[in-house]
Amino acid sequence: MSMRTPLSRVRGLGSAGEGTGHFWKQRLTGVANVPLVLGFVWFVICGLGSTQAEFAARVSSPLVAAMLILFIVSGVVHMKLGMQVIIEDYVPAEGTRIAALIANIFFCAAVGLVGVLAVLKLAFGG
Amino acid sequence: MSGNSRTGGGADARPLSPHLQIYRPAITMTMSIVHRITGAALYFGTLIVIGWLASAASGPAAFDTAQNLLGSFLGRLVLFGYTWALFHHMLGGIRHFIWDTGAMLDKHTASKVAWASLGGSVALTLLAWVIGYAVMG
Repeated sequence: MSMRTPLSRVRGLGSAGEGTGHFWKQRLTGVANVPLVLGFVWFVICGLGSTQAEFAARVSSPLVAAMLILFIVSGVVHMKLGMQVIIEDYVPAEGTRIAALIANIFFCAAVGLVGVLAVLKLAFGG
Repeated sequence: MSGNSRTGGGADARPLSPHLQIYRPAITMTMSIVHRITGAALYFGTLIVIGWLASAASGPAAFDTAQNLLGSFLGRLVLFGYTWALFHHMLGGIRHFIWDTGAMLDKHTASKVAWASLGGSVALTLLAWVIGYAVMG
């Protein structure tokens, strides 16, 4: 006899309540990161040796700014998921683990926000 | 009840599942470990990327400082390592996408793909840097 409620079975999210959410987000951002990483590397190579004014002019292109923001957002979400797994694998003490999981989210959120703000500032005429 | 039965060799010692030090290293295992290490390295390497973008947004003086720092020998060394970690993690990820479909999972194919991703990451890194130095003239 199953002790699961019919609602729980229909939702199919398992005991952690997340289903395949983590796996799916990791793959989704991973797929997005392939072209975004290549685009970012290309962006860096094309701008080697440029002055700040030239750099700002390039980021003022909506296409470049959009690519950079997508790269940053997809990147930090992917980072958050990956580091979460590393922490869950290697930090057995519950208190330390929870602190590390919180620090991970704070770090990724801060890094992502600073990056997006920097791009927006340059995109809107720095 | 003799305390720690996981590590003790007493009468109640239980079998342990084999771990890293038991297996002969295989390329798939090494690439799996390197995938995680490059992922963690890229996690902190993102600080360089974001710091660089933030310096550009802060103005010419800050940008020049960042460019000089990244352009120094040590800076280039770190960026070279970052480039390799980026490409290695990217190819490792693509390998996982292929495996997600159920393809290339048999032992010999998996080993070949692991070697290919290692070779590919070195090739892409060198290519990016050769193009980079060519662009700079």
